[in-house]
Amino acid sequence: MSPTITWATAKRVLTQLSHDHRTVAMLVLVPSLLMVLLRFVFDEDEIFDRIALPLLGVFPLIIMFLVTSVAMLRERTSGTLERLLTTPLHKLDLLLGYGIAFALAAALQAGVATATAYLLLGMNTRGAWGWVVGVAVSNAVLGMALGLFVSAFARSEFQAVQFMPLIVLPQLLTCGLLIARDQMAGWLGAISNALPMSYAVEALQEIGEQAEVTGTLVRDLTVVLGATVIALALGALTLRRRSG
Amino acid sequence: MEAAVEVADLVVSRGGKEVLHGLSATVSQSSVTGLLGPSGGGKTTLMRCLVGVQIVTGGSVRVLGEPAGSVALRKRVGYVTQSPSVYADLTVRENARYFSSVLGAGDTTADQVIVDVGLKEQSAQLVSTLSGGQRARASLACALLGEPELLILDEPTVGLDPVLREELWEMFAALAAAGTTIVVSSHVMDEAGRCDRILLLREGNLVADDTPDALRRAAGTEDLDQMFLTLIRQRAEVA
Ligand SMILES: Nc1ncnc2c1ncn2[C@@H]1O[C@H](COP(=O)(O)OP(=O)(O)O)[C@@H](O)[C@H]1O
Ligand SMILES: [Mg+2]
Repeated sequence: MSPTITWATAKRVLTQLSHDHRTVAMLVLVPSLLMVLLRFVFDEDEIFDRIALPLLGVFPLIIMFLVTSVAMLRERTSGTLERLLTTPLHKLDLLLGYGIAFALAAALQAGVATATAYLLLGMNTRGAWGWVVGVAVSNAVLGMALGLFVSAFARSEFQAVQFMPLIVLPQLLTCGLLIARDQMAGWLGAISNALPMSYAVEALQEIGEQAEVTGTLVRDLTVVLGATVIALALGALTLRRRSG
Repeated sequence: MEAAVEVADLVVSRGGKEVLHGLSATVSQSSVTGLLGPSGGGKTTLMRCLVGVQIVTGGSVRVLGEPAGSVALRKRVGYVTQSPSVYADLTVRENARYFSSVLGAGDTTADQVIVDVGLKEQSAQLVSTLSGGQRARASLACALLGEPELLILDEPTVGLDPVLREELWEMFAALAAAGTTIVVSSHVMDEAGRCDRILLLREGNLVADDTPDALRRAAGTEDLDQMFLTLIRQRAEVA
């Protein structure tokens, strides 16, 4: 592993993104636009706060999942991955390079979306806004790690984007956003407990309700980071130097 | 002098089918070796074995004194895949600079290899907007970074006009004269004359392994296309 190669890889991924102006614009603006729409749909303050806050964490996960799974699939099918694996680049250089690049992109995205929610749309939380951005960025990195992993199982971009509903929708349905987790049937609750998005949403709800940093918040963030590490490790297993 | 590449009894299966059937060959240092033969003969598969990205069933492949694909070789071997493997959404210069940091070669070297492959004019152009031949040269440029001791080039001259082809072969000869070992594949037989040595592969078997002159003599013809047909027929009769 080499910091120079990791950083060069992060810079390369960001340069690729920056050439694609439309993707950059959508990356930065879409979550904020959806927040505005949400504000009109739920024009009662209290409901808006309850829905918008968790969504600030869900959007980055979905978007980074999609972007990374397609980017990594291209890397695999264009032969650049195979080429890189014949060079001194370590698998971790590649994974961390992607991680750093998308974490930076996610920070920008989450910063804009959070600012829109607080300043323009009057969202209220007891906890500090910095934690909201922090959870959103962790979620983005989790989405990126999941995207890297599933890209190994897709042969085309059509397949890659269809992993999104498969991986993300079950998490969205059971994460406590639609119905409270303690009202779910036992087996659904068990599924919910096993999926990382539940913890991300709980973390954001915690920031909404508590002024200080609680044990639950710290535990939830730890679970999200742990899930990210597991997904990255699984992703590393799919990067094989030799193939048939 | 130690051989740059030593392949012994190499057996490879792909997609459940044996595609290299116990191949043995050596490549000497500072030479240009041509890997020739019809499409599907196993040229790409053999090259993948040399860089260590191919799973092999049997036999051994040693490169620059190490087992193919070992960590120590990753800076010493350059590989250009048959379809250009560069980032389409980066410019030529951005590609060269990225691979240059990965190989520890530096920005000046990156700019130099772009000039070497004749893409100076296109260096700020996105790879996705290049012609097929230009893209192939962008891919080649990235393999020249870090002055590898062994260059594995899979059909680098396909789709290039005669002038560019001539320039590239001159570059290969110059690199070999300076000490680089080059293994280059082609299915265009008239490029064989540019090589110091030829390995002729057909259906996963080595049909011939000699200098172009010796092969011409053995086949009794000057015409290279004719020479290959004769060699392949002779071989079929023996078998
Ligand atoms: N990914 C693959 N899966 C299965 N078979 C393959 C694959 N790639 C190549 N082959 C087969 O291996 C044989 C040799 O192919 P290749 O090495 O690409 O030949 P060449 O480069 O000389 O055209 C061919 O019969 C081809 O069909
Ligand atoms: Mg080939």
